[in-house]
Amino acid sequence: MSTATSTPTGTGSEPGRRQAAHKNAQGTKRGRVQQRWLPWAFLAPTIAGMGIFTLLPIVASIALAFFRWDIISAPTFVGFDNFAEVVQDPTVRVSFLNTIVFVVVAVALQLGLALGLAIMVQEKLPAWLRVFFRSAFFFPLILSAASVSIFMRYLFNEQFGVVNWLLSIVGIPAVPWLTTPGGSAAVVILVYVWQNFGFSFLLFIGGLASIPVETYEAASIDGATGWRKHWFVTLPLLSPTTLVASVMAIINALQVFDQPYVLTRGGPGDSTRTAVMVIFESAFQRLEFGQASAIGVILTLIIMAITAAQFRLSKRFVFYQ
Amino acid sequence: MTTIQERVTTTEPVVTRKKRDWSVAVRVIVLLIASVFVLGPVLWTLSTSLRPPSESFKLPPAFLPLNPDLTSYEQVFKQLNIAALVVNSALVTGLIAVGQMITAALAGYAFAHLKFRGRGALFSIVLATMMVPAQVTIVPVFMLIRGVGLSDTLLALIIPAIPTAFGTFLMRQYFMGLPGELAEAAAIDGASPWRTFRSVYAPLAMPGLAIVGILAFNFHWNEFFRPLIMTISEQNFTLPLGLVSLQGNLGTGSISVVLAGVVLSMIPALVVFMFGQRALQDGLTAGTGK
Repeated sequence: MSTATSTPTGTGSEPGRRQAAHKNAQGTKRGRVQQRWLPWAFLAPTIAGMGIFTLLPIVASIALAFFRWDIISAPTFVGFDNFAEVVQDPTVRVSFLNTIVFVVVAVALQLGLALGLAIMVQEKLPAWLRVFFRSAFFFPLILSAASVSIFMRYLFNEQFGVVNWLLSIVGIPAVPWLTTPGGSAAVVILVYVWQNFGFSFLLFIGGLASIPVETYEAASIDGATGWRKHWFVTLPLLSPTTLVASVMAIINALQVFDQPYVLTRGGPGDSTRTAVMVIFESAFQRLEFGQASAIGVILTLIIMAITAAQFRLSKRFVFYQ
Repeated sequence: MTTIQERVTTTEPVVTRKKRDWSVAVRVIVLLIASVFVLGPVLWTLSTSLRPPSESFKLPPAFLPLNPDLTSYEQVFKQLNIAALVVNSALVTGLIAVGQMITAALAGYAFAHLKFRGRGALFSIVLATMMVPAQVTIVPVFMLIRGVGLSDTLLALIIPAIPTAFGTFLMRQYFMGLPGELAEAAAIDGASPWRTFRSVYAPLAMPGLAIVGILAFNFHWNEFFRPLIMTISEQNFTLPLGLVSLQGNLGTGSISVVLAGVVLSMIPALVVFMFGQRALQDGLTAGTGK
């Protein structure tokens, strides 16, 4: 804006200025040619980069799913064999099942915790306390999932861990967290939720802030108090946020890898092996790149189906103001 | 956002003063308990890293480092080439962040203020790529990197991470918030389209660029999956990878040494948290309809 007033031509009359701008933009033939390719010069790094490192790999990944390839010998076309083998492979099946159970439990915990805490933070509270709680719940998000899993593994140690020590105070005997299938699954879920609920919390804070105060005033005039107020006012008005938060939480949870890899390496047995872990293992440990791609294609299809289904459902259940 | 939020504070119906105070107290207690569960593990990590290795597993645990002991920090420098890990992580993260800021600014500007055929369709494709999980593209990317002879190098981590759909989206939003009249005014001044971008729009978009940079830094500093696949030799490891392998090597022998490494690796994240928390929060929740 200040640029406009300080221009030498800025003193001219309105039509004069417009003419000048017009001439400059499309006047000479050279200028017009420049205009054509100019946007592409700006876009080139991003478009080329995404073409090479995202779009091409997507196509290659789908193609690779129909080949057997160990990277050393030449790839051979095998049709749907990879898919057939993968679907029957007990490890792959168990891993997908684990992933689904993980997603259901972790996302439910994450959203429930985030919503409850967001409502409590957003109601009447001294400003400095609100800032403190927001920062505290957001904090784990900035840490590396690998580092978090490293220290959590010590905290959940059966003999010397702080968690079992805390439980012993309330009289609960030592839980074999990382040595039993159930315990390991619980640790992976708890550690994941501990680190990620802050993200949903932030989304809910934003959603709650957009609910007009008048709605609550009207509700309280109608006699709604406490949990009734939240059940009949907050939840329906928050449903667009809940939809976004649950879609994002589910998509992220479906791709869980760092926590189970560092905490349990998928064990004991296959009890905490996840879908992405079997992609990693079949590609980079067993060198079955075709099978890895087939599993990847299946996972992507599941992610797309769930996303589509959620937006479908939302048409029925989400209440837009 | 702050203003909206500050406005919606009193959602309490009119009740007696005594009852309201009681409910505030209950809420504060519940929130404090939640904060203890969130911050406790981090405090324990810090205080354990500041104890002699022999006292690592002492119970009851100490959450406050009252008598700091730096043996574990000496040890982590001896047992792990942590300086090399820090340099690798800093190089990878820094170059990705700068690369993302430059490419996202250019592409975001083109999508916001330059007119060309197929703009809408192209932008939709850019957005659609955000839905594809990285684990699905990693196998072909790995092969490509191997094909051009870059496997087990830091460049294998840096180059594929520079084009950013999310950064491009953020910068487009940011540039769209700046009026198109600025370009007209610059054109009157005789500035070339490049000059217009470089000297008029780019400086005004610095806050948006900072968000892109901070998000990229935070994500890639903590990244584990790609380094695990792309690097083989320890000299090319980044911090998270080096720390996980250190934990594997030491078993449960001297956990305070591993935790000292974990604490050191958290320092840049803490700096970002203290100075860029707002930018990080806004960036993370951008595009979610907030």
